[in-house]
Amino acid sequence: MKARPRTALTLVAIAAWAAAAVSAQAERLVTSLSDYQVMITSNFLGTNLVLFGGIEPEAGAPRRSGYDIVATVTGPSQSLVTFRKERVLGIWVNAKSREFPEVPAYLAFLSNRPLTAIVNHETLLRLQLGLEYFSLPQRSNGTSETSDEPFRVALIRLRREQGLYREESNGVTFLTPFLFRAFIALPAYVPVGTYQVDVRLFAEGAQIARTPAPFEVAKYGVEQIVTAAAREHGVFYGLATVGMALATGWFASIVFRRD
Amino acid sequence: MQIYLPIADQPVNILLILAMGLAVGFISGMFGIGGGFLMTPLLIFLGISPAVSVASVTGHIAASSMSGAISYWRRRTIDVALALMLLAGGIVGTASGVWLFTLLRKLGQLDITIGVSYVLLLTIVGGLMLIESVRAILRAQKGKPVELRRPGSHFWIHGLPIKLRFKRSRIYVSVIPVWAIGFIIGFFGAIMGIGGGFLLVPMLIYLLRVPTATVIGTSMVLTLVTMASATVMHAATNHLVDAVLALILMIGGVVGAQFGARAGQKMRSERLRLLLGLLVLAVGIRFAFNLVLPPENLYSIRVIEGEE
Repeated sequence: MKARPRTALTLVAIAAWAAAAVSAQAERLVTSLSDYQVMITSNFLGTNLVLFGGIEPEAGAPRRSGYDIVATVTGPSQSLVTFRKERVLGIWVNAKSREFPEVPAYLAFLSNRPLTAIVNHETLLRLQLGLEYFSLPQRSNGTSETSDEPFRVALIRLRREQGLYREESNGVTFLTPFLFRAFIALPAYVPVGTYQVDVRLFAEGAQIARTPAPFEVAKYGVEQIVTAAAREHGVFYGLATVGMALATGWFASIVFRRD
Repeated sequence: MQIYLPIADQPVNILLILAMGLAVGFISGMFGIGGGFLMTPLLIFLGISPAVSVASVTGHIAASSMSGAISYWRRRTIDVALALMLLAGGIVGTASGVWLFTLLRKLGQLDITIGVSYVLLLTIVGGLMLIESVRAILRAQKGKPVELRRPGSHFWIHGLPIKLRFKRSRIYVSVIPVWAIGFIIGFFGAIMGIGGGFLLVPMLIYLLRVPTATVIGTSMVLTLVTMASATVMHAATNHLVDAVLALILMIGGVVGAQFGARAGQKMRSERLRLLLGLLVLAVGIRFAFNLVLPPENLYSIRVIEGEE
């Protein structure tokens, strides 16, 4: 694909940058994405972004037995409702609901080994690493005799099925002890907006460096025009669609005219 | 061959959608209906959200009823006065339907309402059509003529006030049932994504005694205008009309309808009504199964704010 030469370039750039870096910190963490803008066009079927990173230990830094990387990718914030169906008069209807006023539309945790093997539970909870530990605040709608937990679990499960929430304990690969790579999988249904990639470096169960790398997902071309028109000029968009319908119908009646 | 739908926010196979448009168009041409009651469920079963399906199909039906209305106009089988009176109720019905659609969507009860409406409407109408057409076929076998219009029989509808004479249809009837029928068609059409031809034609024939000569052309005009206004209203309020999806559907639809119309002319009308009744009933029963059987997923998500 097109990304290949750029990937190689990125690698070289990171290596050069990492080599030239001078810092007072014990370790420097340098990252780069294969693309900073993802375009949704009419043939968009999902894509993979590549995250590259280098670790640069300073002279005099303590010798580490090994490094761990955890990359958290968070998409734009959404407000959503989770419904639960219940049987009412023999049919299944949405009976109970919970509102989640602010949850990421996309959420991925990529690491080189299972999160629990990298740090302890307290740290995971504090740093909100992992789908299990990530905070998804919810608001109860009306009667709340049912527990909140099933709604949270269902939300995560449904989002995982759509590929919008992911936790990959083998998502980060170390190419050398100081150089790593991760694939950020974006499914076809990926929402548009700004995404934050938060890369954390751990050694011996403690976070020693952290660096951000944002990217953008945007609709492009026809997709962008149609979406913008539908949202901002609803009436004109509707009239244009009707115009298109009438023209299609009229055209068909001329082409297929028999009498 | 995949194409990304900008409003439905998902990729679909363009050839599959085109084939569905052709197939539904064929059936709609054959029976002289819009075919929305088949197209909307097909899209829902394909995984497109019921709200986007309903809103986009309204555009598709507008296209197929446009080509239908033009050919009936050429044959001069449209009762313009009756169509206008139906439309007066139809537009109000459409606006009310879109309003309720928006409200139900906010409450998270839209999908279930679409489901229940399909079951009730389609099983009742399908059942009635089946009974009527079987009777007609039996009568025809006994050698009696098939008479749809019984001019002598009057009931309470014909006793209502504000009577008007519709010259082309040669009927003298109160405008109250005319408005009511228009309202019902517009209302259910906007909520269910159906033109309502399969519902409207029997209503006009049995309740208003509109002769078969003008009934289909006139109903096409009502369908055309209610569906066109439903498209604009859905686009203005819910922003759910997927123009790309609608365009693919309408291209398949208008082409399929031409072949369907030719096939339909070769069949006896009571046989056609029997087939249509079976089809309507089958879709209704399919929806009933969805409602009654335990769902695969008890939970569902709906985004209320932010990008969908």
